Amino acid sequence: MKLLYFAWVREKIGQTEENLPLPEGVSTVGGLVSWLRARSPGHAAAFADPRLIRCAIGQEFVGMDTPLAGAAEVAFFPPVTGG
Amino acid sequence: MPRILVQAVDFNPGAELARLGGEETGGIASFTGIVRASHGAGPRIAALTLEHYPGMTEAALAKLAARAQARWALTGCTIIHRIGRLLPGENIVFVAAASAHRGDALQAVAFLIDYLKTSAPFWKAEEREDGTRHWVAARAADEAAAAGWDE
Repeated sequence: MKLLYFAWVREKIGQTEENLPLPEGVSTVGGLVSWLRARSPGHAAAFADPRLIRCAIGQEFVGMDTPLAGAAEVAFFPPVTGG
Repeated sequence: MPRILVQAVDFNPGAELARLGGEETGGIASFTGIVRASHGAGPRIAALTLEHYPGMTEAALAKLAARAQARWALTGCTIIHRIGRLLPGENIVFVAAASAHRGDALQAVAFLIDYLKTSAPFWKAEEREDGTRHWVAARAADEAAAAGWDE
């Protein structure tokens, strides 16, 4: 599974992307957010407030209760601010 | 076919409007967004840097244009969004819709810009005149404007 990070999520984590297998016991986007928080101090800072985290799987916006099974590209980012 | 562009370079609104003309087009409505230096009583902006999610951005804008074309009778539709570092006064976004009748064109443009703000993966970081840098926070008013169009 490829994880992509954008904007301040990327800056707090200090990486644009990372590859990892679906962690054991994790089945949803929200579960992955909780799991990632323990990965490093940067991850903990980025995911400190899950209400400010948005996710896309396969470049489609998804909610926190979306299953991760089969997901190849998962992106985490803040609420969008274009326009 | 909508015209969707995500680019660092500037665009020419006049030239974009001219592309949308035609014998079946009764009118063209458009919105051009410009980087603004002042934000109320807050610190002035020296520059904005636009980050996006390559691939998803283009797909999200194409989906947005398709929704507008399904809802209104359009003869053409253009969405252009710039990325990278932009200075106050520079163009940042352009949306335009052409139709046989003004109502469809005007409503489609309002829909496109309202929805673009909440449904396309762009993020703005602002450099302030005091030298600090901040990520722009999403505005509840933008969410409300987009939600107002829900079918």
